[in-house]
Amino acid sequence: MTETPTGAPAKGRIDYIAVEDSPRFRELKRAHRGFVFPLAAFFLIWYFVYVLLAGWAPGFMAQKVFGDVNVGLLIGLGQFVTTFAITMAYVSFANKRLDPQSSAIREDLEKQEAGA
Amino acid sequence: MNAVFAAAAPAAENNPVLNISIFGAFVAVTLFIVIRASRNNKSAADFYAGGRSFSGPQNGFAIAGDYLSAASFLGIVGAIAVNGYDGFLYSIGFLVAWLVALLLVAELMRNTGKFTMADVLSFRLKQRPVRMAAAISTLTVCFFYLLAQMAGAGGLVSLLLGVSDKVGTAAVVTVVGVLMVGYVLIGGMKGTTWVQIVKAFLLIGGAILMALWVLVIHGFDFNTLLGAAVQASPDGEATLAPGLQYKNPIDFLSLGLALVLGTAGLPHVLMRFYTVPTAKEARRSVVWAIWLIGLFYLLTLVLGYGAGALVGEETILAAPGGVNSAAPLLAQALGGAVLMGIISAVAFATILAVVAGLTITAAASFSHDIYNGVIKRGTATEGQERKVANVTILVIGALAIIGGIAVLGQNVAFLVALAFAIAASANLPTILYSLFWRGFTTRGAVWSMYGGLAAAIILIALSPVFWGTPTSVFGETGVAIWPLSNPGIVSIPVGFLLGWLGSITTPKGAEDPRLAAEMEVRSLTGHGAEKAVHH
Repeated sequence: MTETPTGAPAKGRIDYIAVEDSPRFRELKRAHRGFVFPLAAFFLIWYFVYVLLAGWAPGFMAQKVFGDVNVGLLIGLGQFVTTFAITMAYVSFANKRLDPQSSAIREDLEKQEAGA
Repeated sequence: MNAVFAAAAPAAENNPVLNISIFGAFVAVTLFIVIRASRNNKSAADFYAGGRSFSGPQNGFAIAGDYLSAASFLGIVGAIAVNGYDGFLYSIGFLVAWLVALLLVAELMRNTGKFTMADVLSFRLKQRPVRMAAAISTLTVCFFYLLAQMAGAGGLVSLLLGVSDKVGTAAVVTVVGVLMVGYVLIGGMKGTTWVQIVKAFLLIGGAILMALWVLVIHGFDFNTLLGAAVQASPDGEATLAPGLQYKNPIDFLSLGLALVLGTAGLPHVLMRFYTVPTAKEARRSVVWAIWLIGLFYLLTLVLGYGAGALVGEETILAAPGGVNSAAPLLAQALGGAVLMGIISAVAFATILAVVAGLTITAAASFSHDIYNGVIKRGTATEGQERKVANVTILVIGALAIIGGIAVLGQNVAFLVALAFAIAASANLPTILYSLFWRGFTTRGAVWSMYGGLAAAIILIALSPVFWGTPTSVFGETGVAIWPLSNPGIVSIPVGFLLGWLGSITTPKGAEDPRLAAEMEVRSLTGHGAEKAVHH
């Protein structure tokens, strides 16, 4: 944190409502929600499709695909694959798209608070 | 009953002295680490949040160490060995749940909170009622989770140390309790975190070793392993398909709901997000945790079917500890008494680390939220808060020991499922609403938390967990009014519904729009977030 020079105005109080309404923040919020909400909906639906199939269609899940490996095992392992894939997709999106936007706003707010 | 089990168990190869020495070595090493780590514990941020100085990968290991409890290791391997495919469903629910934490909760929580879940929930609402409700549900979840771990410890002991009488098992539960209090009191969050990191290495390392061994025996062919499991299983091919454990699909759906929505509401998991310096590190730590936890659950599939093939269902069920003994028995079948001793010590370490994490979470919740936030209205000094936390740790230790002895020999899986169901019903709705819904109010939060908590506990109390089946708490007495053993399918929607209902019935202007704006800006940008402590 930077020292406030003597004579400078007291630490700036941030008007968060104005920040929230600023186009930059709105864009950040839109980008964040536009990415995480559809992904969350997707993985929850995919997970419950799996749970419902296991509960109500055990015969389908028991069908063999190759050797002793059956549909249920493959869909189960598919849950692992999608979990890992979503994790990587989110991290790359957050690093590339969200972090630059959020740190730009944060740095401005810190300057404002330091009274610069 | 114990005598019958003891006679049937292959106790000859088991070597209690060896098991105790390996476990003793683990305790010695971790205590040394804890004492070293505690030298810099000065402020509350040091004690509750490890100085916020852990890196993402370190914290990822600690999260895995905190999350992969005895229920995961012993329980899932045993469930797959005995019930086949249905055990695998636990693994999937426990893993997919992490996406809720990663996408919706972890970073936003890190940016707006300080030590506890209640910090975030009370940010823009009325402090005292919300803190109180959040603390009560935190303490309830921690307590049920603790009981499950302590009971698991007791069950493990009868298998590993050859102690099957009540006094001996109670003594071991007491030792576990005293050790955990020691770790937490001396080491705080920093010490606890290091215990969890060491434990995660040991647990995942042990699982990799055993899984490779099983695969080598079956010529590195997963199909051969499955074939061997089918051959050995009394259920034959049914072991590869769903339906052996859960006859009622609605019960299964209810469990699936609690598993996937519970994780992101578990207070000891949420608290781990505060031990890293920034939200970006919180993200990295969840990513590491997902890889580690996912890898581990993939290994449990190999270990579970391996135990089914190499040890066999009858032997597992006849051993003291029953289903939970599948993993140690597999170790014995693979590497004899030495490997069994190592895996058993790892299982103990698992319990110890999880118990320590739960204890510090409960202590923080009581001293920071109830004592300072509600009773002292935020005026308590850090020193006072710490003193209250220390007393809380001792009280929780005593309660866990007494409770652990009381639930010895009981069905422990229901305690963990109960903790998940409570977390999903009482905590998650309020967490998601406060982070994403501007119209959420104090009344909504309070209704949702108490309502979700009450719905979950009442339904459990009326369920087959307590009444009417041979594995119930009260045995075959009475009839379960509520037919499902997991309350999630009702109590989770109740939590969400009450949060919405309470909020829309609140008069306009009851909450401060400036605080709501501040919370939203801070949650997404990390402005004003708690910084790391530098010494």
